[in-house]
Amino acid sequence: MIQPAQPELVTVTIDGKEIAVPKGTNVIEAARLAGTDVPHYCYHPKLSVAGNCRMCLIELGMPMADRATHEPIMDPETGKQKIGWIPHPQIGCATNVVPGMQVKTQSPMVKECREGVMEFLLINHPLDCPICDQAGECKLQEQATGYGRGYSRFIEQKNVKPKRAQLGPRVTLDDERCVLCSRCIRFCQEVAKDDVLGFVDRGSYSTLTCYPGKELKNNYSLNTVDICPVGALTSTDFRFKMRVWFLKQTNSIDTESSVGANTVVWSREGVIYRITPRRNDEVNDTWMADSGRILYKQVQADDRLHQSTVKGQPATLAAVIADAAKLAKAGHVAVVGSGRSSVEEQFLTKRLATTLETETFVVGQTGEGDGLLISADRNPNTRGALVTGLVADVPTAQLDALGAEIDAGRVKTIISVGEDLIAAGLTPAQLDKVALIILSAHGTSTTAVADVVIPTLTVFEKNGTFINQQFRLQKFAQAIPGLTSASNDLVVLDELIAAVGGEASEGDMKSLWKSMGAEIPVFANITYGNLPATGLLLDSSAWDNLNFPEGETLHFKPAAAEASA
Amino acid sequence: MSAPAETRIIFKHIDEEGYSNDITCYQKHGGYEILKKAVTAKPEDLRDEVKKSGLRGRGGAGFSCGLKWSFVDRRSGKPIYLIVNADESEPGTFKDRYIIHQDPHQLIEGTMISCFANNVKQAYIYIRGEFPEGPRILETAIQEARDADFVGKNILGTDYSCDIFVHRGAGAYICGEETGLIESLEGKRANPRIKPPYFPAVLGLYQCPTIVNNVETLCHVKHILDMGADEYLKIGTPNNTGTRILCVSGHVKKPGYYEFACGSVTMGQLLNDVCGGPLEGRTFKAVIPGGSSAKILRFGEKFTIKNKDGSTKELAVEDIPMDFDTLAACGTMGGSGGVIVMDDSVNMVDALANINAFYAHESCGQCTPCREGSLWMKKISTRMVKGDARPEDGELIKNVADQIAGRTICAFGEACSWPTQSFVLKFGDEFKAYAETKKSKPTDSLELV
Repeated sequence: MIQPAQPELVTVTIDGKEIAVPKGTNVIEAARLAGTDVPHYCYHPKLSVAGNCRMCLIELGMPMADRATHEPIMDPETGKQKIGWIPHPQIGCATNVVPGMQVKTQSPMVKECREGVMEFLLINHPLDCPICDQAGECKLQEQATGYGRGYSRFIEQKNVKPKRAQLGPRVTLDDERCVLCSRCIRFCQEVAKDDVLGFVDRGSYSTLTCYPGKELKNNYSLNTVDICPVGALTSTDFRFKMRVWFLKQTNSIDTESSVGANTVVWSREGVIYRITPRRNDEVNDTWMADSGRILYKQVQADDRLHQSTVKGQPATLAAVIADAAKLAKAGHVAVVGSGRSSVEEQFLTKRLATTLETETFVVGQTGEGDGLLISADRNPNTRGALVTGLVADVPTAQLDALGAEIDAGRVKTIISVGEDLIAAGLTPAQLDKVALIILSAHGTSTTAVADVVIPTLTVFEKNGTFINQQFRLQKFAQAIPGLTSASNDLVVLDELIAAVGGEASEGDMKSLWKSMGAEIPVFANITYGNLPATGLLLDSSAWDNLNFPEGETLHFKPAAAEASA
Repeated sequence: MSAPAETRIIFKHIDEEGYSNDITCYQKHGGYEILKKAVTAKPEDLRDEVKKSGLRGRGGAGFSCGLKWSFVDRRSGKPIYLIVNADESEPGTFKDRYIIHQDPHQLIEGTMISCFANNVKQAYIYIRGEFPEGPRILETAIQEARDADFVGKNILGTDYSCDIFVHRGAGAYICGEETGLIESLEGKRANPRIKPPYFPAVLGLYQCPTIVNNVETLCHVKHILDMGADEYLKIGTPNNTGTRILCVSGHVKKPGYYEFACGSVTMGQLLNDVCGGPLEGRTFKAVIPGGSSAKILRFGEKFTIKNKDGSTKELAVEDIPMDFDTLAACGTMGGSGGVIVMDDSVNMVDALANINAFYAHESCGQCTPCREGSLWMKKISTRMVKGDARPEDGELIKNVADQIAGRTICAFGEACSWPTQSFVLKFGDEFKAYAETKKSKPTDSLELV
């Protein structure tokens, strides 16, 4: 692994505490490093600095020097250089540290500034917290508690603004709650590159809206909801569904593409209510695509499989495993693994194929990359299939080679782990010639004609890891209990392996990773438990010469582009 | 003691019989001779001369023009722009429009000299949207100057080229704030920029170094180079050099514009002798000396001013010389030169309500204290004049103002809070008593915007 260059450090004093922070850090971030919270609304670490909310006002001092000689002016009492304090408060977000800078974040002036800004922000705010979706995760609430006066002196009429403006198919705006921080506007301009939001009118009547004839409908529109510090922008999907404090947060990974955006899955009592991005500065910053946020709906989808079957007839898991093993042991088996399976599942799929001494196939899933957080490779774990040895090269979208084997009569049974074989190009006529054993969470045209169907779990119901396009190993955790009528893919694979005479794993992640580390060099010394939340970059040199389909996305440049750059 | 005579430099030909705003008339009066001289000089020498003259900006802040020019980033390799701020919007100010209407070539010559001195290849005149005549006059004048080789490609046969474009403002007070103006000129909402990092001298128009000067300031440049800095320094007082145009409005017999050597006339002389004193049967009550955002002065209050030698002297409002430094020492400012006079017929709450309504309407709405505070102040003062005043409102409204000043992106924060702060501070008794004074007659209250 290549270590990033150490940044140049600058020593500053925050509330009397000396701290060395990287050059270019602003006062908010420097204070964060010093363990002090500088409240703010408009500042966002991944957007340009607007400086408009004025909540981050701090007192700033600089070591004094003689104007003519530039000699430091010393304080005879302390023996240190005298500090010249700027009489007006300064905004922390637009103030970058310089050596010797002094910052007061807790002085009476700062306290008064914050009280003033809080009061101003609340006078025209509807204060409808009891029915507001942002309640519980609202910066206005938190900072009113932390830094406000606690009472109002405002007896005038509040301003009236639109209450339920539909900015686009997924975002609803309550203009009265808006604190005009412009985060959403800057996000659309700078990240989504879809400049559709702006303010109309002036002063306190300023109103957020879409440009005439435009809609906020790009595939990143819901990020505006995430970064809205108040309840102005809400997700039309999540609105009024659940109080956020009841929700459990589970770290997960977006399965839409090989970008592997880090996510948080929010659930309560086995039901998922929303998915939001999780910050990873090396992968997705603080963003994710809208399309990835509705993937939880697959958990309770109508086509979810609830019953293991043999030739369409219900059977117990033990019975179907026995049946499947019988078919597999008859020989002429092909195993179709998946780039959507976890690394652990792929590892066991490979072991199953090895036990059966047979070939493995993987279906490539590609689409157009959007240059941001959806890459051309729509499998979240193609790299996993390479690393676990399921395939030696980037898989193609069609199983033509397998089709040829069937036509030639060399394959009589197919075990497919999660893939729809008809969608992958095998014809119903070809499938008629073979026995089909399908592991799948959802019904497909292939499960409809399969001999053995074993219902499995969605990504939200199990633990595992994916390897993204950067060869970053990232883990996802089980957010909700799996369907009782479905089985964990790892369990099914283990049982299949055991039933065909192979060596099943011990059934837990720890021992599974132990054997993975032993068998696969790049996994050496990795344990599932110790995998950092932001992932671990693997040595990808063994696969550098492959021709991957991905183009440039956020924090990712294809090897070819990187070489030329 | 009667008032000294006016020193008309900038307004020399304003309202002059037979003086027209075409180039022939201007040249007949010696026009463009200074530009001809200037283009043979070294730009840095011209800048030094302006710096030496001590010229202070006439737009409101009174910042040293030479210093402003010296901040310009000349090493970035980017083009340098000059913008003429003709967005004259400060209530009570009406000087720039007369220069533009009656003597546009004076401005063009001043602009071209300043452009040459700063190696500017493109200048813009950003003129207030509510001025319909001005841009037409300027366009005509610029074309005349272009035809005569004073503006445009290779002016006066030199290899120096510089053009001037006229841009009409977007009808908002904030467009006069220099970074708001730049945003507006770029075609955006005139939201002022944060400084740092967007100091116009470094990251101005199109992120290039930019000079923004007031109309009157640029006219002064021409006269400085005409008479030389040494002669110019003799006009006015040290650090307050040159002349000032004072626009007097309100309750005096002869309101209008007057040009005096800086500090040569006192407030008393200006109002009583020059402007003919108060209206019949009235007495002066208060005066705002530098446009509506300047802090108000109450007749009868006394100011203790420090002399250079450390001694102090006491000044009444009438004794204050109309220069930058003394007005600042009295807690207000020379600002844009708009002197607004109020006599004893004025109720200060009514007057403040009017000012507050203006600033609430003009706040761009970008940053919190000004956006929310200016409207809150308006709502309070409007409620007061509509008959619902409470004795504590004066204190409340001043406290709101205190929460704005010094905490905003641009100087509008001060502009909108200084009136309230000073009105309540100096006329607190009227605010306290307002509930009683006006309770019985809410119908005489003013209808506000």
